[in-house]
Amino acid sequence: MSSTTITATSPATRHVQYDDDVVRLFVIATMFWGVVGMLVGVYIASQLVFPGLNLGLEWTSFGRLRPLHTSGVIFAFGGNALIGTSLYVVQRTCRARIPGTFAPEFLFWGYQLFIVMAALGYVMGVTQGREYAEPEWMTDLWLAIIWLTYGGIFIGTLLRRTEPHIYVANWFYLSMIATITVLHVVNNLAVPVAWNSARSYSLFAGVQDAMTQWWYGHNAVGFFLTAGFLGIMYYFLPKQADAPIWSYRLSIISFWSLVFMYMWAGPHHLHFTSLPDWVQTLGMAFTIMLWMPSWASTLNGFMTVSGRWDLLRTDPILRFMITAVLFYGVATFEGPLMGIRTVNGLSHYTDWTISHVHSGALGWNGFITFGAIYFMVPRLWGRGRMHSAAAIEWHYWLSLAGIMLYVTAMWGSGVLQGLMWRAYTELGFLRYSFVESVVASRPYYVIRMLGGLLYLSGFLVMVWNVVRTVQEAAPFAAAQPAPAPAE
Amino acid sequence: MAQGPSRRFAALHGRIERRAIVFVLAILGVCSVGGLVEIAPLFALDNVIEPVRGMRPYTPLELAGRSIYVREGCYTCHSQQIRPFRDEVERYGAYSLAAESAFDHPFQWGSKRTGPDLARIGNRYSDEWHARHLAAPRSLVPESIMPSYAFLATRLLNPAEYARHVATNRTVGVPYTPDQIAQAATDLVTQNDPDADGAAFAARYPNAAQRAFAGPGRPTEMTALVAYLQMLGTLVEFDWRAPDPALLR
Ligand code: HEC
Repeated sequence: MSSTTITATSPATRHVQYDDDVVRLFVIATMFWGVVGMLVGVYIASQLVFPGLNLGLEWTSFGRLRPLHTSGVIFAFGGNALIGTSLYVVQRTCRARIPGTFAPEFLFWGYQLFIVMAALGYVMGVTQGREYAEPEWMTDLWLAIIWLTYGGIFIGTLLRRTEPHIYVANWFYLSMIATITVLHVVNNLAVPVAWNSARSYSLFAGVQDAMTQWWYGHNAVGFFLTAGFLGIMYYFLPKQADAPIWSYRLSIISFWSLVFMYMWAGPHHLHFTSLPDWVQTLGMAFTIMLWMPSWASTLNGFMTVSGRWDLLRTDPILRFMITAVLFYGVATFEGPLMGIRTVNGLSHYTDWTISHVHSGALGWNGFITFGAIYFMVPRLWGRGRMHSAAAIEWHYWLSLAGIMLYVTAMWGSGVLQGLMWRAYTELGFLRYSFVESVVASRPYYVIRMLGGLLYLSGFLVMVWNVVRTVQEAAPFAAAQPAPAPAE
Repeated sequence: MAQGPSRRFAALHGRIERRAIVFVLAILGVCSVGGLVEIAPLFALDNVIEPVRGMRPYTPLELAGRSIYVREGCYTCHSQQIRPFRDEVERYGAYSLAAESAFDHPFQWGSKRTGPDLARIGNRYSDEWHARHLAAPRSLVPESIMPSYAFLATRLLNPAEYARHVATNRTVGVPYTPDQIAQAATDLVTQNDPDADGAAFAARYPNAAQRAFAGPGRPTEMTALVAYLQMLGTLVEFDWRAPDPALLR
């Protein structure tokens, strides 16, 4: 479209040996934590159908496992995918090796240690009680060190690039690194009970604390699950489709409007609460405006493969990516809708929210990650293609069926709950007791559980496929063409 | 597409795109605006939290209960924030006020109601109901999907530990007096003992109930959690709000 478009496919001018060892580690960790996170998800979904599965033990109760699931899929599965792909992408688009040999390994093992610390803490009841920011202060401090290391490695690679421009995908990764640093530090300000105590008390209280937490909570979604994964899309989608990104200018617009607007949208999590009305209104206005950057990127993704839709039939990897973009479009359409106060009055506190995050998480984050991993694995392990193409098809249809069951079931129960809670009899009494809405939700919880199970099964097919591909791989040395020093 | 302004814009961006550090700084600048505008005033404006009568910091026992509430992740299924809707006010009680969570580090408004809102659960059920419900929810509500927390009843509280929690709350801004901090461990035990002399305790924490919350004996985690649930949403004096001239000013 535009002559200034920079593609990630420009021919090599000279050979650089990339550090792919660490990328391989991140890919393996992504697969591993994906299984853990989704398994816990299916387990807690089953607890809502069969409460006996809480086992009466403190370590296995829903309240402790739910953060294990959310952190497991967001920070462990998603985080490893983001860091891994970003290191793959930044080296290739900058035509430079990531700096250091110790730093990348420290980043990898340090990040895994963070995950283990957080996970053990949750199970043992060490939590700050802040959604998506549950890890306690010492784990937070550790993550801060790791995250700065990551930032150093990423920006270090940008600084030693031999390409004149910083490629679009890297803008998105960079915005994730920068904003998550700010969000993480501010939201986790807390005073420990003692230096040797796992417990801390947040610096802020009540309204201010709620606003800070949802500024964080919304933008963890905004910059981790949106910007970061858009980084994945902006590199791997054009690569797989073998076409440049449709519009460079649209990328600029969607990028900066995303960076600016997302940060304002947090208050839509606090509609009708004791947060002052003006903040709620401001948050709602920006939430509606978020349609713009979201759909700009959706459009950019679709148009990149436009005219070659037949590929979707033959190439399941590209189909994963395009379906991801579709879900991104759907979820970012639904989000602003739910951010409107009147709609939120019905949807908030119900399963509708759960439906929304899962169309984003399973459809968008999951599918774009699967696409990227199917793209990278044969290249990282020096094989021509994935072990089984049929298995990729199975993975695709199993997960798609899983998402459909999950998302529609939670829409159903969500709207049902919202309506039951506000239903009145002709005489002006509340029609239903709370627990009647719990009973009415049960069939939907069964369907959700099955949907999750299908999605997990699809993922296990992928794990099998990746393992087989790696096992058949040529030895690494043979996989890499004549090594040359990085600089 | 190749008009003047748009081309100039692309050219400008082309320059930013060549400078990694400038790029990061630009991102940090652009992303900070929203948070600054929405969060900073909440600390500065004095009409964010409405004046009420009756609020006091948590007693050490209630604070211990709250800490257990956080630890068990009750917030993953329960909200503590009643919205100003007719159905919510009739189901749960008066809508929540900012002042009511002003001492909550962290806030526990929650985002999901798999179970009902708990902002005003205080004094709705007997202590015994709560202790039995927490230990075995389905023995009282057969359709319930809430986990059972029977293990809480066998865990003794360490008063000294929670006295430190009180002191930490003072550090983050809860207006505990030096007296309240010094006596925290004693107050924790006293509140659960109906036979103890509670005059000093009552003076330090007006309107705090003193009784055996989950049976007699040394306070357990169950005691603390029930004590916390039983005071939730009961502090603010609502009948005071309407006629007070200071408010109608
Ligand atoms: C899996 C979700 C879940 C978790 C976790 C959970 N609850 Fe519940 N809770 C429910 C459901 C569902 C009900 C409604 C049925 C009932 O009364 O048992 C309920 C009811 C209650 C009630 C009665 C409310 C009323 O108005 O009748 C109280 C009190 C309560 N829970 C306290 C707690 C506490 C304290 C914790 C943490 C230790 C907790 N719950 C953890 C799901 C949960």
